[in-house]
This record gives sequence, structure tokens and C-alpha cells, in this order.
Amino acid sequence: MSLPAYAGPGETIWYYTYRGICALIFTFLIVPIFVIIPLSFNAEPYFTFTPEMLSFDPAGYSLKWYEEFFTDSSWRNAVINSFVIAVCATLISTTLGTIAALGLSQSAMPFRTAVMAMMISPMIVPLIISAAGMYFFYTRIGLGSTHLGVILAHAALGTPFVVITVTATMVGFDRSLIRASNNLGADGVTTFFKVIVPLILPGVISGGLFAFITSFDEVVVVLFVGSVEQRTIPWKMFSGIREEIRPTILAVATLLVCISICLLTALELLRRRNERMRGLSPG
Amino acid sequence: MADTTMTTADGIPLKVSLRKALMRQKLRALFLVAPLFFFLFITFVLPILDMLFRSVDNSIVSDILPRTVMVLEEWDPDSAALPPEAAFEAMVKDIQDGYEEKTIGRVGRRLNFENPGMSSLFRKSGRRTKSIEEAPYKDALIAIDDKWGEPETWRVIKKLSPTITASYFLQAMDLQETVDGDITWQPDDYRVYLNLFWRTLVMSGIITGLTIILGYPVAYLLATLPLRTSNLLMILVLLPFWTSLLVRTTSWIALLQTQGILNDLFVFLGLVDDDNRLQMIHNQFGTIVAMTHILLPFMILPLYSVMKTIPPSYMRAARSMGANPALAFVRVYMPNTVSGVGAGSILVFILAIGYYITPALVGGRTGTFISNYIATYISGAAQNWGLAAALGIILLALVLVLYLLYDKIVGIDNMKLG
Amino acid sequence: MKTVLRTTAMAAVVSAAAFGTAQAQDLTIVSWGGAYTASQQKAYHEPYMKMNPGVNIINDDSAAEGLAKLRAQVESGNVTWDLVDVVASSAITACDEGLAMEFDPNEWLAPAPDGTPASEDFFKGTLTPGGTNCFIPQIVYSTTFGYRTDMLENKPTSIADVFDLKKFPGKRSLEKNVANGNMEWALIADGVPADQVYEVLSTPEGVDRAFAKLDTIKDHVVWWTKGAQPPQLLADGEVVMASAYNGRLFSAIAEKNQPIAMMWDYQVFDLDGWVVPVGTKNLEAVKKYLRFATDTQRLADQAKYISYGPARYSSAPLVGKHADLGIDMKPHMPTDPNNAKTSLNLDYVWWADHREELNERFNAWLAQ
Repeated sequence: MSLPAYAGPGETIWYYTYRGICALIFTFLIVPIFVIIPLSFNAEPYFTFTPEMLSFDPAGYSLKWYEEFFTDSSWRNAVINSFVIAVCATLISTTLGTIAALGLSQSAMPFRTAVMAMMISPMIVPLIISAAGMYFFYTRIGLGSTHLGVILAHAALGTPFVVITVTATMVGFDRSLIRASNNLGADGVTTFFKVIVPLILPGVISGGLFAFITSFDEVVVVLFVGSVEQRTIPWKMFSGIREEIRPTILAVATLLVCISICLLTALELLRRRNERMRGLSPG
Repeated sequence: MADTTMTTADGIPLKVSLRKALMRQKLRALFLVAPLFFFLFITFVLPILDMLFRSVDNSIVSDILPRTVMVLEEWDPDSAALPPEAAFEAMVKDIQDGYEEKTIGRVGRRLNFENPGMSSLFRKSGRRTKSIEEAPYKDALIAIDDKWGEPETWRVIKKLSPTITASYFLQAMDLQETVDGDITWQPDDYRVYLNLFWRTLVMSGIITGLTIILGYPVAYLLATLPLRTSNLLMILVLLPFWTSLLVRTTSWIALLQTQGILNDLFVFLGLVDDDNRLQMIHNQFGTIVAMTHILLPFMILPLYSVMKTIPPSYMRAARSMGANPALAFVRVYMPNTVSGVGAGSILVFILAIGYYITPALVGGRTGTFISNYIATYISGAAQNWGLAAALGIILLALVLVLYLLYDKIVGIDNMKLG
Repeated sequence: MKTVLRTTAMAAVVSAAAFGTAQAQDLTIVSWGGAYTASQQKAYHEPYMKMNPGVNIINDDSAAEGLAKLRAQVESGNVTWDLVDVVASSAITACDEGLAMEFDPNEWLAPAPDGTPASEDFFKGTLTPGGTNCFIPQIVYSTTFGYRTDMLENKPTSIADVFDLKKFPGKRSLEKNVANGNMEWALIADGVPADQVYEVLSTPEGVDRAFAKLDTIKDHVVWWTKGAQPPQLLADGEVVMASAYNGRLFSAIAEKNQPIAMMWDYQVFDLDGWVVPVGTKNLEAVKKYLRFATDTQRLADQAKYISYGPARYSSAPLVGKHADLGIDMKPHMPTDPNNAKTSLNLDYVWWADHREELNERFNAWLAQ
């Protein structure tokens, strides 16, 4: 949408103003993400730029917060907990979600709207309510303060994403491929693994990534359902922010931003592969 | 007469075969959906039902004071007279049992929610009823504390005898039921929840409005730029989307603090005195700004996917018919984006009213949401699970209403995430 | 009570026998975090773990929500905590509600080095607050004020200065807790003599008066919930004055060299100690740990790391210098005569009775 040749002065001014406004909004979006990166190298335990940092004096910069993160055993436990819980929860939610999505996209599925609503309800219900309810119920059945309780809770929260992405993938799915496969003599299971799975894999993986990041970043449910042994990275950051604002949190935050960038790249590559496989040009 | 019903190859009528095949397909679909259904039922739906149960559950009084509850059934609370001697005997025995089993403190706490002072009354009585062995129980109990001689005390106990109570819901809506059964407003000093719900809704509304104002131009730009450029710029939207909530909130704390980056910048530029720095955190401003930033991608992405489906020829057609660019935009383009705006707004609004982390960290006293209060009632000093559950159920009802609206406008099946 | 003790002891013996062969014994100890947990770690946990290599002590920093979470655990029957650090009024409530174990001090706690039994060595009356038998006192601490020396023209010297926004402009930070000084300070600043504070607070008019006084600074207060927050808020410059546990302020001033000074006027003394949750899975291990962690030398050792006074008579003479900095701890103790010219003893029995109802009023006041 470039400036057309017949644009008058008013339109030209508006064109550049509009671009300026958008640039400001993009700045608003991105600055908070990147402003903490230099702060994490602050030699002083403050959350703001010291004069030494602004004059690029090397004495104002230090790696000690990263050092603290890597050597502190409670951070290490938090990292282990975060990954273990997220991976287990993702496996559960991806498996159950994919199978359910296959069922939901069958044309013969009865009560589809109602069942679909129930499947994505964990995404709609405010997190505090899910967390409170799970706290009340899981303590009643003895799952409170256990890793299993947190994993099940996170799996429940992650399934809507898998269901949505896989059903979206199934929308464009060519049913005649299944019939062709059956025609050629394959039974249901072979058809599933050799025909269906490769085609819906992008949807499954992107749903799985959504579920992973939901569990990895989730803190309210862990606060309620878990106890100190299930402490995850976001929990430690949350309690750290409330109590002692040390730049170690900024170091962790920077590392998390890097992880986000990797995930984003992975998703982008998946999307391109998906489009290629469907015969659409990658633009 | 020849049989005219159609049959399949093995002689079964076609209708029957079709019905059987359809049934098989339905069963297969249900069979595929079943595992997740049961999983969610146990891990998600049952907890919500438990919460509903707790919001009305009041079995604690009849569990711990069984004899008293039974005797009080006969007593008329409106009469000015005290209950009969049998009630006092029942109460003494119940308190003695309760003290042995250490449950008396709990029932005192429950009654204290309705009538402050009951907690200390039961605690005191618990310690002293050990010595009461025989009649007259009435005088002995009143000797321990005068409150036992007031009908009000007994009225409260009788009122809270039923195993189901609406008192938590009433309190969550700033109402109370007097001992006469009337429903009145709570005293002024205790009327906070309606105001809290309102404040949550208003702030969420402001946040939604801000995301529309900020998100619309950006979505339009992304939708109309050539694909290569827009994909690149899209990264600037997706990166915040994928960044941890805590990371974003932490950066806003660093930015908005009184001695933080923005204030330092303003002082450096001379916009603000060093002594008079702007208070941008621990208040509503902080919550609104931080949450607008966090929820902006949720507005941009649905808007973008709707705008992408609008053919550019519409605008060209409008201009070729003589409309100036502004008019063409308002009269032709915007109406087509209404569904995107609606979908994004409801999504942002529903997410906003349930937020806990960001208001807890940057909201201070005035910028906290109802979810923060629910959390306090679960594990704070004023622990009151019934009230927390009631507040949660009301919040859930609000969200369900909004969700039904969302379904009407967009349809659950059409949810896209970019 | 005896039956409760006996059954618990039997259960403990059985479970100890079952787990006695376990390699690592985990003890979950709940405390207040920050500098306080650090002092306990150095004075109690590390020496104990050194002496008992099979024991691993896990610190849980949620003592601020300790009573509520303890209630939840005991009611659900799944108690994961082994020892909880609580203030005296919470201990009374916990004991009355059957959440904390009752015990005989001379059976569980070590006598003084000179042979005085534990029941006489702990400060008089502290082992049985409000008539309960569940509390093991550790320290006498006080909640008092710290202020930024470089951000205020006039230095505050009295509690009324906290409420004076003209002479001492800027934000304050107060604890988001009705039962730890806010009410008392409001009344004293409003002119009530310190010895009549609880009498006045027992009347509805007195409560209204306290809230009215707090209303005058309500919009200038940042509320803190965890002990580490007020020194952090002061260090960040978010507030100019903050109430805090005195030991945390000491750590900020002496160990971190922050530009903060103490204002001791009408500091509120309180007791802090341990309770053992009913239904704890590691009773024998906890008892062994308790006997060690509450003996005379250990309580004196804790005072080497943080400026709280040990609750045993025999520990006081052993309090000496700071372990790392070498400074004399005595002038920093809340009980030092220079600091305790005016003080108020928190009436924890009164608060055990009135905390619930005043909490409701306080929460509602905060939300308005």
C-alpha cells in the first residue's frame, strides 16, 4: 500500500503521520521486551540505568546476575521443575487434544458445539477461578502440593490450544486421501500413521508449542496447587519481584526472551512448511 | 406386490444400513472425543463444581454442634425468650465434644463471619465448659459469658444451622440477611464487592478501549502491506505475545517505578522535577498501562485475520466512485472490520477481568482486580473459602455471559490465533 | 489431651519405624524469608545438617500466609509442613483450632546450660500465650519504622510524624496486616495514652477513631505483605518511611549500607516462635531438630546474624558481635534501653480474639 502517484499533499502528510503513529505503537510493543536486556548486566543491584551504564563505562556492566542464576540451587530446581512439568503436561495435552480434535472434525459428531465449548472452556474460564477450584478439589483428593497435581492442571489448561489448532488444520483436510488410502488396502491404524499424522503434524506441533508455553509461563495455578517443592521459574520470579528486586530476575527474563525468540522462529518455520505442503506459495 | 424398498448388496434395507453406518460413525467420533472429555471432567470441571459446592456449603455448624442444631429446630427465633434448658444442655455437651476434638475453634470462626465476637465466645467457653458436669446448664453457661444469655447469639446459631447457606453469595453482593429473614445492604464500612466488580469491569473496559485504539492502526498496516514486509513487522507483535507474562510485567516495573527508567528520562528531559516524580506504579495507571501492553497482541491478531479477508478492491471501488479516502475508509472499510473488533474486544475483555498477576505486582491498593481479592480469601489472613468461592462463581457467571455474546458474534468454531 | 498426645506419639513411632531406614530425611520448615530465613539457615539449619548428614532442611518462605495454609493442610488431612514459624497471636489461634500440637516444654525442649528446666528458662509466660501449650518462642522482635535519611528534610522522631504529611511529605509503607501495630499507632498518634490503647480499641468508637486516623494518610501508603518488601521499597526510593520488622531494617542498614535510619518511637514488641503442625509426617525428626534449634546457644547464635532478641534468659549474656561484620549487636537490639524508651507490647491474646473481625473491617477499608 504505497503512496499512489495521484496523492495530494493532504494525503501525503497523512501517509507519513500514519506510519509515524504505527512506529510509535510498535515501539510501545517492543521496548519493554528489550529494555531489560541491558539492565540485566547492571553491576549495581538496581532496576534502572546507572550513570556508568549510560556512559558505556565497562565498570558499570557485569555478568554476576547470570552467574548467580546458574549457581543458585533454588533457581536450578526451578528450571528443572519448569521443564519437567511443562514437558509432561504438553505430552498429555497434545495426545488427548489431537485425538479429540480428530473426533470433533468428523462430520458425524453429535453435539459438536457443546462438546467443543467444553473442550476450550479451560481457556475461557479466568485463571484465578480454575486455580482456586483446582486448589480446593485437588487438596480434597490428595493431589495438592504434588508434581502430579500441577502436571494434570497444566495439561488441562493446555488442551484447548491443541484442540483449536488441530481442528483448524483438519478443516482443510482432504477426506478423499483417507478413502484413497483405504482403497489401496491400508487399515485404520496404518492410514492414521502414514496419511493423517504427517498432514496434521504442523497443527499438532503448533498446538503443542502453545501448550508448552502456557505451562512454562503459568504461575497462578502453580501458586495455588503446588508448594515449595514444585516451585517453577515464573513462581520464583513472581515471589522475587514482590520481595527482593534483584537483577537476577532480569537475567532470567533475558534468557526467557531468548527462548521466546527461538519458539517464534520454530513456529514461523512450521507455518512456512505448512503452506508449502498445502501447495500455497510462501509469499 | 413387489417389495419396493431399496436394499444393499446383502439384502438389508438401505435405510437400516445407512442408519447403522451413521451410528458407527457417530460412535467412532464420540469414542475419539471421550478420553479428553473424561480427563477434562476430572481435572477441570469437577474443581469448578467443588467451588460451587463450597460457595453454599455450611455443613460445619450441624457437624460440630449436632445436638444444639436439633434442639433449636423447635425454638422460635422471633420470640424474645431464650431457648429452653435442653438447648443449653445440648450446647454444653457439643462444646465439650468440640473442645476434645479441637473442632470448636472452627465453628466459632464460621459463626464469627456473621456475628463478630462469636469466635472469642466459643474459644472462652471451650476452655471453661470442661468443669460443667450437670444441670442447671443454663446458669452455668451464662456464668461463663453473658452472651449466652442474649437471644441474638442463639438466633445466629439457628440461622446458620442449615447445611446450605446463601450467606456467602449475599456477602459477595454486599447484602446480608438479618435474623428476621430480610435481605438488606451490609453496613457502609463493609460494602466493597460490588464496587470491586465495577472497578474491575471499568478498568477492563478502559484496557479494551485502549487496545482497540492502538491495535486498529497496526492491524490495518499489517493487513495492507505486502506479505514480506508485514511478516517482518508481525514479529514485533508476536514476540511480546510469546514472551512470558512475568517478563513483561517485570519490565513495566522497571519502566514505571518512581526511580525507574521513564521517570529518570523525564527528569533528564526536564519535563518533571526530581522531587515531583510521576507516580505511575502501585495505582490504576500502572495496571492499565501494563495490561494494555500485555493484551494488545490479542486484539491485533484477530483484527489482522479479519482485515486480511477484506478485498482491497472495495476501497478502490469506493474511491473510483468519488469518495475521498477518509470517507471511503469510514463508510466502506470500517463496517467490514466490525466483526474483528468485536471478536478482539470480547477476547481482551474476558482475559482482562480474570487477571491476577499483573494487578498484584503493579496495582498497589487501587489497581487490583477482583481476582486478587479472591486469592486473599483463599490464602490470606482473612481466610474465608466460602466467600472466595462465591466471588469466583459470580466472576465465572459474568464471563459465561460474555462468552455467549462472543459465540453469537464470532462463533466458537471460528476462533483463529493468527 | 493425653489421648491425643499418645496416639500421635504412637503414630509417630510407627511412621518413624517405617521411614527410619530412609537415606535422606526431608524437613520442610516454614519461615518468613529474606534476611530472617538466612539467619535461621546459618544459626540453626546448617549446624544441624552438619551434625545430622541424613537430614535435609527445605525452607518454605510462606509464613506470611502460614496460618491460612496450615488450616488448609490440616483440614484436608495432607500435611506437608513439619515446622511453622508464627507470631504469638497466630500460635494461639492455631492451638485453639487444633492445628498445632500441644507438648510439654520440659519434655521437648533442652534445659539451660546451668540446669534450669526449659519451662523456667523461656521468658515468663511466653510458653503459654493465652493459656495454650503449642508455642515454642524463639525471639522477641519489634515492628518499627525506618526512613530515608537523604529524602527527608526533617527527621521523624515520633509516631505522630508518620501521620504528618506536611512536615514529612512522601509515601509511606505500612504492613497489610491489621494486627501488627497499625491500629495501635493510629490511636497513639491521635493522642491515646499507650497504656489505654487496647481498652480504646475494644470499643466501636475506638476502632472508628483508628481508621479515621489512618484515612488521613491512606492515599499515600504502599502496603507491604512480606518482610523483605519495606527495606526494598526504601532502598528503591518508592517510599520515604516504612514500618518493618526491625531486624530486616538492620540488615539493610548495616549489611547493605543503605541510607536508612531507624525510628524506634513506640516500636511494637511481639513474640515469634515455632508451632508443630498436627499430623506432620516427621514428628520424631522435628522433635530432634527442635531440641537443638531452641537451645540456649542456638538462640544466641541467631542474634549474631540479625538483631532480634532471644527468648531465653540464659541466651541474653551470650549475645555478642555480628558474625560477619564484627559490630556489637547489643545497641541494635530492640530491647536496648536507647531504643526502647517508648514501646508497646503487642497484646497477642487480645488480637487472637479480635483479629478476625477487625481483619474484615480492615480489608473492607482497604478496598474502599
